[in-house]
Amino acid sequence: MDPDSNDIVQAKAIGKQVSSPEGSLTILADINLSIKRSESLAVIGVSGSGKSTLLGLLAGLDTPTSGKVILDGTILNDLDEDGRSQIRNQSVGFVFQSFHLLPGLTALENTALPLELAGSEQSDEIARQRLADVGLNERIHHYPDQLSGGEQQRVAIARAFACNPKILFADEPTGNLDKKTAQRIIDLMFKMNKNNGTTLVLVTHDDALASLCDRKVIMTGGQIINDMK
Amino acid sequence: MNTFKFAFSGLKRDWYSGELRLIGISILIAVACLSSINFFTDRVKRGTQQQATELLAADLVLISSKKIQSKYIDAGEAAALIISLNESFRSVVVKNDKLELAEVKAVDSSYPIRGYLRTSDNLFGEEQVNDSIPSRGSAWIDSRLLQALQVEIGESINLGASELIVEKILTYEPDRGGDLFNIAPRLMMNRADLDETKLVLPGSRIQYRLLLGGKSEKIDAYREQVNIEDDDHLRVQGIKDARPEIKSALERAEQFLGLAALVSIALAGLAIAMSAKRFAIRHYDNCAIMRCLGLQQGQITQIYFFQLMLLGLICSFIGCLLGFFAQEVLNQMLIGMTQQPLPAPSWRPVLSGLFTGLITVLAFALPQLVRLRKISPLRVLRKDLSPVPLNNYAIYALAIIALALLSPWQSGNINLTLYTVAGLFLTAIVLALSAKMMIKLLKQLQPRLKMAARYGLANVTRRSNQSIMQITAIGIGVTVILLLTLVRTDLLEGWQNRLPDDAPNYFLINIQPKQVSGIKAQLSASLDTDIELHPMIRGRLIKVNDNVINPNDYKDPRANRLATREFNLSYSDKMQRDNRLVAGKWWHLDDSSKNYFSVEEGIAETLGISMGDQLTYSIAGQDIVGEVINLRWVEWDSFNVNFFVVSNTAALDSYPSTFISSLFIPDAKRAMLTNLVKQYPSITIFDIDAILTQVRAIMNQVIRTIEFVFIFTVLTGIAVLFAALQSTHDERTHESALMSALGASHKQIVSGLIAEFMFLGVITGILSAIAASLIEMALAEYVFKMDIIINPLIWLIAPLICCLIIVLTGLFGTRKVLTSSPILVLRKT
Repeated sequence: MDPDSNDIVQAKAIGKQVSSPEGSLTILADINLSIKRSESLAVIGVSGSGKSTLLGLLAGLDTPTSGKVILDGTILNDLDEDGRSQIRNQSVGFVFQSFHLLPGLTALENTALPLELAGSEQSDEIARQRLADVGLNERIHHYPDQLSGGEQQRVAIARAFACNPKILFADEPTGNLDKKTAQRIIDLMFKMNKNNGTTLVLVTHDDALASLCDRKVIMTGGQIINDMK
Repeated sequence: MNTFKFAFSGLKRDWYSGELRLIGISILIAVACLSSINFFTDRVKRGTQQQATELLAADLVLISSKKIQSKYIDAGEAAALIISLNESFRSVVVKNDKLELAEVKAVDSSYPIRGYLRTSDNLFGEEQVNDSIPSRGSAWIDSRLLQALQVEIGESINLGASELIVEKILTYEPDRGGDLFNIAPRLMMNRADLDETKLVLPGSRIQYRLLLGGKSEKIDAYREQVNIEDDDHLRVQGIKDARPEIKSALERAEQFLGLAALVSIALAGLAIAMSAKRFAIRHYDNCAIMRCLGLQQGQITQIYFFQLMLLGLICSFIGCLLGFFAQEVLNQMLIGMTQQPLPAPSWRPVLSGLFTGLITVLAFALPQLVRLRKISPLRVLRKDLSPVPLNNYAIYALAIIALALLSPWQSGNINLTLYTVAGLFLTAIVLALSAKMMIKLLKQLQPRLKMAARYGLANVTRRSNQSIMQITAIGIGVTVILLLTLVRTDLLEGWQNRLPDDAPNYFLINIQPKQVSGIKAQLSASLDTDIELHPMIRGRLIKVNDNVINPNDYKDPRANRLATREFNLSYSDKMQRDNRLVAGKWWHLDDSSKNYFSVEEGIAETLGISMGDQLTYSIAGQDIVGEVINLRWVEWDSFNVNFFVVSNTAALDSYPSTFISSLFIPDAKRAMLTNLVKQYPSITIFDIDAILTQVRAIMNQVIRTIEFVFIFTVLTGIAVLFAALQSTHDERTHESALMSALGASHKQIVSGLIAEFMFLGVITGILSAIAASLIEMALAEYVFKMDIIINPLIWLIAPLICCLIIVLTGLFGTRKVLTSSPILVLRKT
C-alpha cells in the first residue's frame, strides 16, 4: 500500500495469541480492517473483547502474532522497536483514559516532548499554541498534579496534536472524567480532529460517544462482529 | 532531541522528587570516605618522603672520594639551592693514654639542610634539638666515643695536630645511616678547624659530600643541568625510602584504611543498586509514555547514562569536598602526634575520588536503569507489562568487576582484596541461607503471638524473599560495623600489644662471652627481669646445596645485597617468643650430632632457600655446613633482637662471637647504664627510644584515623538500611492505608511496624554476630597473624544495636507510610 493510498491503516488477517498457564490464548483472531484518511472510527465492545489490543496493534505499540498491519504505507511488522517508535512520533497521536502525562514535566514540557523527540526547533512555540488551542494558555507552567482531570486530558490532547499526526488513537478518553467534563473533552477532541483533518480511532464502551463517529466497529471475543457506517 | 538537556532537567526533577537522593547520598558518603583516606594517606606519604629527605640531611647529596668540583657548587649556587659541604674520614682520637678510631665529620654552618642534630649534656641524659654545629675549637662526640675514651664534657681530646674541647654528646644526626653495629663512633667538628688537624693530606681517604636543598623541581633541574650521573667519581643519593620499620607500620595503616574504604564502597554499591532498582520500577510508566511518543531505545539508555554520569560527577565532587574537610579535621585531631606538620593536601585524591564515584554508580545503578530501554510502549494500555528481569549473575559479575577494579588501588594488597571481596560474597550467601532458615523457624511461633507481634512477624514471613534480602543487606552492613567496632578493637589491641609499653628501648652490643654472666646478673638484678643475651657470629653464605653463591645470579637488588654481605648468625636451643614456625620443626635440645639451620621465611624466599637445603657459611675462614630444617616468621617490628638465620648450639658455639641484647630500661633506671659502661667499658649501648616513639606515634595515628573512617562506614550501612526500607515503601503504604480503612488505630499500626523491625533486628543481629566472629578469626589467622580472643559482648550488643538501628531507621524511613492519607493512597492504586 503506498502512502498516497486512501487508507491510512490496514489490518490484514491479524491475530494475537498469548501464552497462559492453560496454554495458548487467542485474544484477537483474523481481523481485517481498513480505515480511510480523515475518517473517524469507534471500536466498541465489552471489557475483554480485545478492543484495546486491537488499538495497540494498529498504533504499532505491539506486533501481531499473525497477519500484518500497514500504517501510512509502512508495514509495521517489518520494523523493529525503534522503527515503530519513529512512525509513532511522525504519524500517530495518543489520548489515554488515564491521561499518561509525565508527572515531572509541566503542561508545556509535556506538550513539547513529542516535538523535541522529532527534533523540532520550535517545540516551545508550537506547544504553547497547542495549549492555547485547548484553552490552557494560563496554565502552561503547571505540573499534572496541579491540574484537574479535565485539564490533564486537555494537555494530553494538546500533546497528541503537537506533531500534526495523521491518525489519533484514543483509548476511553473520557473514562476517568465526570459527564460534564467528558462532554467538553469530546467536543474539543472532535473539533481539533476536524480542524487538523486527522483520522480518529476511538476505543470506547460508550455508545453515545461512538455514535459521534463516522463508522462503528463492534467487537466480541476478539473478533469484529459488526462494521457499521 | 537533545538527550543531554533532557537528562539534565530529568536529573533535577528526580532529585527534587527525592527519587535519586539515596543514590546520590550513597555516592557522596562512599567518595567522602575514600577521598578523606586518600587525602590523608597522600599527605602522610609525602610527609614520610620529607622524613626520608631528613635521613639524607638534604634533598640531594653528591659523594666523592675527591674534592667536589667547583662546577657542582657553582651550579647549585646559581640555581639558588641551599649548599652545605662536609668531609668525613676515619682517624684516631686520643685522650691521655686512650686511643680510639672514630668517624670524623667536619661540617659547615648550613649542615644539616634537612632535619636537626640532637645532643645531650650528660651520658644518657635529656636530648636537645640543636640548630647549630660544633663551635670553633670544639667537638661533639657520641656516647660510644665518650665511653671508650672515658672523657667528660669540657675536657679536651686530640685529633691529628689539633686539640678540641668536648662540647656536647651527639645523640642523633639525621644522615648517620649505615649499619648501626659496624661503624666507628662519631666525632663531629667545625669544618673551619679541619686544616689545623693537618689530617687532610694528599692520599688521605676522605669522603667529600656536597649537600643540596631546594624544591624538587629545582633539584631535578639541577641534576639534569650538571649531568652528575655521568661523573664516575660521584655517587648520588636522592630521596629514598624511609626506615623499613616505619614503612611497614605505614603500609599496614594503609591496608586497614583501604579495607575500610573498600567496604564503604561495597556497602554504598549495595544501597545504590537497591535504590536504582526502585527508581527503575517507578520509571516504567514514564518510559512507556516516552516510548509511545516516539523515544527510541538508545535514547532511553543515553538519557539514564547521562543522568547517572552527572549525578555521579556532582555527588563525587561534593564527596571529595567533604573528604577534604574530613581529612582536615583528622589532621587537626592529630596535631602534635606527627613530629612535623604534614605537607598540604594535593589534588590527586580528587581524581581517584571522581573515578571511584563514577565506577561505583555505573556498575551498581546502570544495569538496573538499562532495563528501562526494554519497556514495552504497550504498557500505556496494559500496566502488567514489565521489562524482563535482570540476569542476577550479570549484576553480580559487574559488581565484582567494579570492586576488583577499585580494590587493589584502595588496599594496595591483592590478598587483602581477595579476602575482602570473597568474604563479602560468602557472607551474603551464608546470611541469606541462614535468614531463610530462621524465618521458617519463626513462622511456627506466629499463631502463639499477640496481635502486634503476630502482624509484625506475618510481614516478615509473608514477604520472606524481601525479608531475606533486607536481612542480608543490613546484615552485611552490621557485620562490617561489628568488625570495625568490636573486632577492630580486638585486632588493634592485638596489633598494639605487639609493641607494648615495655618494648625494648636500648640495644647492648659488643658483649664479650666472658662478660655474659656478669652483665646478665647485674641487669637482671637491677631491672628485676630475665635478660636474654644472644650470641652473634658473622659469616658469609657461600653455598646453597652445591651451588656456589654468586651475587650476580640474583637480579632482585635486595637478594643481590643479601648475597654480598655478611650475615649476623646466632645459635639457640629454643625459638624466640616472637617467632613462629611456618614449616618444619625446631630441633631437639639434645640433638648435637648435626648442624641445623632455621631461616626466616622472607629471606628464604628472596635467596631461594627451601626446607632441606644444605647451607654452607664461611665463618672466620672456616666452612660450616648445615641443613635447613625449619622456616620461621619473625615479627620484625617488635624491636627484639632477631636473626635471619639461627643454628643449633652445637653448630656454632665454638666460633668467635660477641653477644647482643635488647632491653627495656625505664627512665628512672637510666643511671644504671653509666655504671654498667664504667664496669664493662668495651660494651656499647644504643638508645632506640626515638625510633620507638616515632613508631608508636604512627600506630596511634592509625587507630585514630580508622576510628574516624569508620563513621563513614556506619553511614553507608544506614544508607543500605534506607534503601532496603524504600524497596517495600509503596507496599507498606498501601497496607497501612488498608488497615487504617479497616479500623486499625495509629498505635496498632506503629506497634506492628515496630514488631516487624524488631524481628528483623534480632535475626540480623544474631547472624551478623556469627559472621563477624568468623571473619575476625579468619583475618587474625591469615592476614594479621595474631592471636585474639573474641569479645563475648558481641552476642549481646549485636542484636541490641541491630534492633535499635533497624527500629529507629525503620520508623524514620516509613514515617510517610504512617502520615499518608488512607483515602489518597487507596485512590491511587
